[in-house]
Order: sequence, then structure tokens, then C-alpha cells
Amino acid sequence: MRAPLLFAAVACLFVLTGEMQSWNVALAILNMALVSAIMAMGVNMQWGYAGLFNIGGMGFVALGGLAAVLVSMPPVPDAWAAGGLGVVAGLVLGALTVIAAIAVVRRMPAGRLRTVLLLAVLVVGFVLYRRVFDPAVSAVEAVTPAATGYLGGLGLPVLLAWPAGGLLAAGAAWLIGKTALGLRSDYLAIATLGISEIVIAILKNEDWLARGVKNVVGLPRPTGVPYEVELQRSAGFLDWAGRWGIDPVTASSIVVKLAYAGFFSVVLVGIVWLAERALNSPWGRMMRAIRDNEVAAEAMGKDVTARHLQVFVLGSAVIGIAGAMMTTLDGQLTPGTYQPLRFTFLVWVMVIVGGSGNNWGAVLGGFLIWWLWVMVEPIGLWLMQTVTSGMADGLVKDRLIDAAAHMRLFVMGLVLLFVLRFAPRGLIPER
Amino acid sequence: MDVLNALVVFANFVFVPGLAYGAQLALGALGVTLVYGILRFSNFAHGDTMAFGTMAAILVTWGLQSMGISFGPLPTALIALPFAIAATAALVLATDRGVYRFYRKVRAAPVILVIVSMGVMFVMNALTRFIIGVDEINFADGGRFIIAAREFKELTGLAEGLAIRTTQLITVVTAAVAVALLFWFLGNTRTGKSMRAYSDNEDLALLSGINPERVVAVTWIIVAALATTAGVLYGLDKSFKAFTYFQLLLPIFAAAIVGGLGSPLGAIAGGFLIAFSEVTVTYAWKRVLGYLLPEGLAPEGLVQLMSTDYKFAVSFAILVIVLLFRPTGLFRGKSV
Repeated sequence: MRAPLLFAAVACLFVLTGEMQSWNVALAILNMALVSAIMAMGVNMQWGYAGLFNIGGMGFVALGGLAAVLVSMPPVPDAWAAGGLGVVAGLVLGALTVIAAIAVVRRMPAGRLRTVLLLAVLVVGFVLYRRVFDPAVSAVEAVTPAATGYLGGLGLPVLLAWPAGGLLAAGAAWLIGKTALGLRSDYLAIATLGISEIVIAILKNEDWLARGVKNVVGLPRPTGVPYEVELQRSAGFLDWAGRWGIDPVTASSIVVKLAYAGFFSVVLVGIVWLAERALNSPWGRMMRAIRDNEVAAEAMGKDVTARHLQVFVLGSAVIGIAGAMMTTLDGQLTPGTYQPLRFTFLVWVMVIVGGSGNNWGAVLGGFLIWWLWVMVEPIGLWLMQTVTSGMADGLVKDRLIDAAAHMRLFVMGLVLLFVLRFAPRGLIPER
Repeated sequence: MDVLNALVVFANFVFVPGLAYGAQLALGALGVTLVYGILRFSNFAHGDTMAFGTMAAILVTWGLQSMGISFGPLPTALIALPFAIAATAALVLATDRGVYRFYRKVRAAPVILVIVSMGVMFVMNALTRFIIGVDEINFADGGRFIIAAREFKELTGLAEGLAIRTTQLITVVTAAVAVALLFWFLGNTRTGKSMRAYSDNEDLALLSGINPERVVAVTWIIVAALATTAGVLYGLDKSFKAFTYFQLLLPIFAAAIVGGLGSPLGAIAGGFLIAFSEVTVTYAWKRVLGYLLPEGLAPEGLVQLMSTDYKFAVSFAILVIVLLFRPTGLFRGKSV
């Protein structure tokens, strides 16, 4: 009975926001809450099912966002003509170098000869890669840099980007998992933290890929989500809004948000259904067995490292899907806005507060914590203004009102610490 | 002459900055490694502990400056350092009492403590932002240069100048003093020895009557001192911004792990290894090579292996390589 009540309580929070503030705001929070819930599901698969400590969520979210650009934006033919082949050839050369280096390490007996050969492969490969790659990149970035300056995407429907984002994140997770899984948990944590920073650095600096900090704006919307301006121009819609007595501008914005909420809900329900099926199957029991006692599970003949890799890739893919959805919702990719506190650690708070190991817990945590994250600032500001209303104007008062802006980190930290201390199994504990 | 010029360019742009940055990383990594050795968890709040300590130092510096106190050619922040350390020590001791002690008592798994430290990280980050805001703050005062590029050129008659900033020298000297004090403390005092005993074998240490709470408290005080010193030195050398301190977490952890978690000597070696690799890989070698290579062979490009924005990738790559080939780190740290 506990879970439905908690969900009803969180729903009340959203309804209250809608009634007291505005439905536009409430729906905006709801859309990001849906995306956050999916991110939390991904982290929950890794941590809750299998006990893997991944603090690189931000990187996978960003990879999903990159997929949205690469799939949905129209290609830039001039840029492809100028240096597309060179960029691709350079990347292939780089990949071949790494593969050759790995082959040298694997195939040859340890010794001085191997070290020399390895260094030779790396140096020659790197020089060749830069020779091919650098001029191509400058050529691509020189093509109308103010508007494009990148290779563009495939020009496909943006909905395809969601599974593509999952695949991209899964590929990255496979590479990380291959190297870092099987080491200690803290090492995996640092490795994922590092990878996520590198992903952001690549997005910020590789202008040929997704325009770097110049941002890609104007991503197409999924078919079925209308544009506000078009709605406001359509006579039928104006008529409809008039009958309900809503201002057409507000009405159009609400309709768009509802359309997104519909798409996101379908994805969320699908992932929750699949995850519940998986968790209650023999596979799910095996995962929990591995998490609770790796040695015993290994003795029972389970391949712990392979299962860890599997669930790590799955969870990262889910985070990647959420990342692609978020970029679709924003309609733009802005690498400068990816912050670890927001996209990695906040999702962790969602999982821990909701209840790690429980899919419904992760979803609840996503909704509740995202609502709190958005609403803490206005609530804090109101609180500070009430507290300081009796004070004389001056430095202290200004400082306190400024401080309200930083309230959210404080509240999130306290929430996390209190839940860990007094309800370590979360709001909806694992059964 | 060309060789000398090349050496001077190298010292100016690679060696001296790398040395200062390495000293800062080493101090930070020492804090991480001590927490790991004694309390047995990776402290994700370390970057924000550094930020808090630096903030305290900045506030005291401002107070001193407004009273007209200065340290001559040296930055006023050095006088403020002991006060800042005291404030930070009070904060981490309070955190230990209010947060970490409970988990020690119930013998929680190390990974739970890591998640707890994430909560502490949020709160400390918020505290710093509450008190001092998010703006970039420059608090270095006193003399700017020990030797400026122009003076060096006039002195030696070389074409290239070598500039050594006061903050760089102070960083290296202060770090050396701090490390010497730490090793003396760990090696020669009763408390230091009991800390090492506790780190090596907890049960045996408890059996021989070592008070674990005292060991933990002393550790936190030392960690606060190291974190504050590292933070202030980094802030003097570059500038203070709450968010950059959070990002220092990655190179600092890389340094501690590369050296071997739990090994103080490893933390220092790791710090310098990471710092020099970062600077070397992201430096454009054109001018150095231009002096060294014969006329016709001088490079046309910048000869920069990677752009500076990828410095994270460097610490990360070293970390991965060391983990793959020597999972306990260069100095054989412990592996829980």
C-alpha cells in the first residue's frame, strides 16, 4: 500500500504546483521528471541490481544528446565535400592504431622488443592520425562557421535518436566496462567520473562533430509534437482554446508540453515494464545473488564479470536514451550546461531516496527529487524574504537573499544524508 | 646557446608550472590517501573541503587586509592559513561526529561511506557558495615575481626569459615543509605511529590499546590541514572558484590511485607524475624544438600533442594504464 500512497503524494505536489503557480510550470517540471525517472532507472539497474558504482551518468546523458544531433540534424554537404572523408579516415586510423597496440600487447611475449614495437606503433599511428585528421577538421570547420561548421547529422526523424542514444551510450559503456570492471568498486567510480569529463571535453572542443560550445540549436521535433507558432496560427486551435477560455499562447505551450509528456510516458512505461520483467526473472535473481555475494555466485558457476558488463551496458544505454530524450525536449545541444552535480550526483540522490534495487523506487525518486530540485529555489527565496523582511537593508540581508539560489545543493545534500542515516533502504524498499 | 635557450623555454613553460601544480596535486592526494588508509573510503568531498578551506583563508585575508596587516612581499594568505586550517578542521571534525561516526559504528561497507561522502560534498559545496558566492576571486597579493622574464634576459643575455612567480616558489616551499612535517609526524611521534599501525592492521591496533576515535580525529585534522594548504596554494597560483575545486577531484584521485591508495609516498609521486604529464602533453613544443633541431627541420605546426582542454584525458589515461598493468598503484597501496 505504501508505494501507491507515495506516488499519489508526489502527484499531489505536481497538481499543487499547477494550481498555485501555473500549469505550464508544472508540466515543464513533469517532462524533465519523466526524463529524470528514466535516468534514475538506468543508475538503479547498475547500482540497485548489481552494486556497480557508476558516477559517470553525465557522460552517458551527453552521448545521448550527441546522438540526437547526429540522427536528426540535416547533413551539411559542403562540409562533407570539404573534409568528411578525411575526418572519417582519420578516425579509422586512430582506431586502427589502438587496435594494433592492443594486438601487440596481447600477441607478443613481454620483453624489450614488445615495448619498443608498442611505442613505435603508437607514435607512428598518432602522427599519421594527426596528418590526416587535422587538415580535414580545419576544412570542415571553415564551412560557414557561423551557421554550421560541422558535418551535420543524418536528417532522420528525431525519435530514432532515442534508441540511437542508447546504442551510443552502450558502446561507450562496453569500452569502459571492458577495462574497468573487475577492478575494485572505487576504481570503477573514478574511471566513470573521468570518462564523463572526457565526453564533455570532446563535445566542447570537437567543433566538427556537434559545433562544440557554439551549440546546435533548432533540433527538429518528433512527428506529432506541434510547434507553438503553428498552433497559434491555426483557426481550429484558436477556436478550441476560445471555447475553453484559455489564452491561446498559454494553451499552445501546454499542448506542446502534453504531447512531449505523452511520448516520454510511453518510453518510461515501456522501460519500467521491461525492467520489472527482468528483475523478477531468473536473470534478476541471479543479479541480486551476484550483488549480495560475488564469491558464492561465482561458486555456483555464474560468470560475475560478464554479468557485470552486461548490466553496466544495459544501465548506461537507458541513461543514454534519457539523454537523447532530454536534448529532444530542449531542442538544442549545449555542452556547456552539462554539470556533474546535476546529471550524475543528483540522479544518485534520486536512486538512493527512492529506494535502490526497486524500479518503482527509482521512478518515484526521479519525480520527487526533480520536483524538489526545481522548487527549492523559489521556496528558499520566499523563506529568505520572510526571514529577512524585518531586517534592515544591508550586506547581511543581500547575502541571505543571494544565498537562496544555492539552497538546492544544500537541501539535496541534507536529504541524501538523512535518507542514508534513517531510511537507508529508501522510500520504497527493495522487496 | 640554442640548447640553453631551449632549456629556459622548457623550464619556463613546462618545468616550473608543472612543479607547482604537482606540489598542489600531491598535497591534495595526500589528504585523499590518508582518509583512505585510516577511514577506508574514497572521500568525494575532498575537493569541496579544499574549497571550504580556501574560502576561510580568503575571508581571513580580507580581514587582515582591512586591518592593514600584510606579509611584505609574501601573500597575506599565508598568515591566514593557520586560521583557515583551524576553521576547516572544526568543520570536518563536526562532519565526522555528525555523519561518518555512525557508519563506523555500524561497520558500514566502504561503498556506503563513499555515497555518504557524496552527500557531504553537496552540503560543503553549498556552504562555500552560501558564504562566498560563485564568482572567481583573486586573492594573491605581495610581490608578483621572484624573477621576471625581462630581468632574466638582461641577467643572462639569453634570448628567452624565465619568469618565476612568487606563488610558484611559495607553493613548492610550503608543500615541501608540509610533507616533511607529515612524514616526521607519521614516523617519529607516538600518535603518528599509532595511525600507521591502525592503517596497517585495525584489529591488531585496537588490541594493543590504540584509541580508534583519537586516531580518526587526528587524521581528520591532518587532512583538513593538507586540504586547506593545497587549496590555498592552488588558489594563489591560479584563482579561487568553487567549481574548479570540484573538478580537481579527478586529477587528485588519479594521483592517489596511481601512487597506490593508502601510500603517502605514492600520493606525492602520483601528484608529480600526473602534473608533469598534463603539462607536457598539452604544451606546444614548437619553440623548444625550434631551438634544438637544425635550421631546416624546425617544425611548422605547434607540435602540441593535445589541446589544453583535454588535460582530464591525460590524468585519466595514466590512471587506466597504471590500473591495467599494476592495479595496486606504483607504490603498492592497499586494496580493500
